[in-house]
Order: sequence, then structure tokens, then C-alpha cells
Amino acid sequence: MVDMDIKSKRTEFFNGARDTLPLVIGAIPFGIIFGTLSGGAGLSTAGTMGMSLFVFAGSAQFIAMGLVGAGTAWPLIVLTTFVVNFRHLLYTAALLPYLKRLPPGWQAVLAFGLTDETFAVAVGRYGCADDNPYKHWYQLGSMIFMYTNWNLCTVVGLAAGRMLTSIGRWGLDFAMVAAFIGMIIPYLKNRPAYFAVLVSGTAAVLLNELPHKLGLILATIAGITAGIAADTLASRETNAG
Amino acid sequence: MNTFFLIMGMALVTFLIRYGLLPLSGRFTFSKGTTRALGYVPPAVLTAIIVPAALLPDGHTLQFSFSNPYLVGAVITAVIGRLSKNLLITIVGGMTAFVLWQWVLKAGWF
Repeated sequence: MVDMDIKSKRTEFFNGARDTLPLVIGAIPFGIIFGTLSGGAGLSTAGTMGMSLFVFAGSAQFIAMGLVGAGTAWPLIVLTTFVVNFRHLLYTAALLPYLKRLPPGWQAVLAFGLTDETFAVAVGRYGCADDNPYKHWYQLGSMIFMYTNWNLCTVVGLAAGRMLTSIGRWGLDFAMVAAFIGMIIPYLKNRPAYFAVLVSGTAAVLLNELPHKLGLILATIAGITAGIAADTLASRETNAG
Repeated sequence: MNTFFLIMGMALVTFLIRYGLLPLSGRFTFSKGTTRALGYVPPAVLTAIIVPAALLPDGHTLQFSFSNPYLVGAVITAVIGRLSKNLLITIVGGMTAFVLWQWVLKAGWF
């Protein structure tokens, strides 16, 4: 019986890792780019590695790197991280029925690794009809694969960044602007999104001289507000028409 | 920049969201409005970071001209991004455009 349990746990663990593979591959360029650009933004090697090891949140890490590069005060970056990652509360809420019966240690480990990718994969497994009691091993397999990959990619990126810097700058100081533009484009699916970005960008330029890069935060809030306002107006029009 | 406090702070808030609120999260549901608002956070922050970087390359003066390679590079990057819909192609293409435009400016062709 004990052997069966170990086998079942192992199967869940490896299935979790296997089903996360496409998302792991998708994260590879992001991890490498993060490591490559961090030096230019002014993050130390230890700081870059520390972020991937202890924070483990892709989009928040990119945004923090950008804010560091702009010279933002750290409490503001922490506050921004809170807002950017707030959506993860939804994930915790969705998995709660399955996680609440686990011991606190398991809950803590699984919560630490609850990225967008692992949530997407794990929620599917928890939803399966079978009553396997080891479904959390599936989530563990997924998160360990994501975590290992993310940190390896950060190391590769750090090494690449060092090499590129020694060859010459080769537009590396522009790379972050290019990376962020590439990351913004998928969000621009409708007019409210364009409006949010337009307001945020304009406000960021107008408020540029505010101390501690406070203008960045205010511009972000202005952009979000503009997006919601446009969104509300658009849905009213749709409902009326 | 105090990197230690930055990383510990980021790690703490991220973990608190993913774990610390676990006991509360059962009683907690996001309104549709909150979910929608959160969707605007990443593009709004990213834009607030890069627009000043492209328009005010020295950090203070607005350079709305072809002699600003950051602005020219950003516009070309956005076009490449729209067409390719691929992050790596966008970054490499954008950086190439930026470097080439710097050469064009240095050579005095423009």
C-alpha cells in the first residue's frame, strides 16, 4: 500500500511537470531577457538572482526592473508589486477548496509558487473528477519545474548581459524599451486599452519631474482610471444600442 | 537603491497575496470591476515607464524629433510588434532599428 502511495505521488508530480512544459518553454525568453537587461537597469547580479529566487513573479520582476532603471524609491516599487500581483489572490481563492485541507507547510510552499502558469495547469487537475488524494503533488511538480527553469534562465540571461556589455552597448540601453513595447502590445485589444495606455504615457511625461518617481505611480493610476472609464462608457453604449 | 529592502519587500507582498490571505480568501470575491481594473495595471505601468524613457532620453528635456533614436526606435518597435506578434522578433528588430538609426544620425545622413 505504501509503495502504491509513493508511486501515485510520483506520477502526479511528473504529470504536473509534463503538463507545464509548454508554459515553461514560453517563459524561457522572458527569463533570459530579464537576466540580460537587469544589469543595464541598475540591478546587481545578487539583486537580479534574489528577485528570481525569492519573489518569483515574472511580470512584477520586469516592472520592478523598469522602475529601478527609472530611479524609483524602493517602497514605491514594493507597492507597485503588490498591485501588479494582486490578481494572484483570485488564484488562491480558486484553489482554496483543495488547499485548505493541506498542512500549513504544504500551503506555504504551494502558495509561494502560485504563478499564472502553475495556476492554469493545477486548476485543471484539481477539477478532474477522480478522487486521487495526491493532486497537490501535481501542483508541486508544476511549480518546481517553473521555478527551476525561471532561475536557470535568469542565470543564462545574466551571463548573456555581461557578454553583450563587454562587446559593446549594441543598443542594450534601448532593449528594455523594446521589451516593454513587445509586452504591452498583447494588451491592446480594444479602445479602452489604447486609451489607458495613452493617458498613462502622457501623464508620465507631464509628471516626470515629481520626486521619487512618484509621477510613474500617479500616471499608472491615471491610466487604469482612464481604461475603466472608457470601458464603462463602451459597455453602456453596447447595452443602449 | 536599497536592493535588500526592495527584494525582501517584493517577496513579502507577493507571498502575502499568494498565501497570507488564504484564510480570508474563501470569503473574498472580486467584483467584476476590480478584475477589469487589474487587467489595466500591467500595460499602464509598463507604458508609464517607457514613454518618458523614449521622449525624455536625458531624463528632463522633451525630444520630439527624428534626432531622438529612442523615439524613432520605439515607433519602429511598436510597428514590428504589431506585425510580428512575437516578443523576441520585436526586441531584436527594435534594437536593430535603434542601433541603425544611431549610425544614421552619427553619419550625419539625417
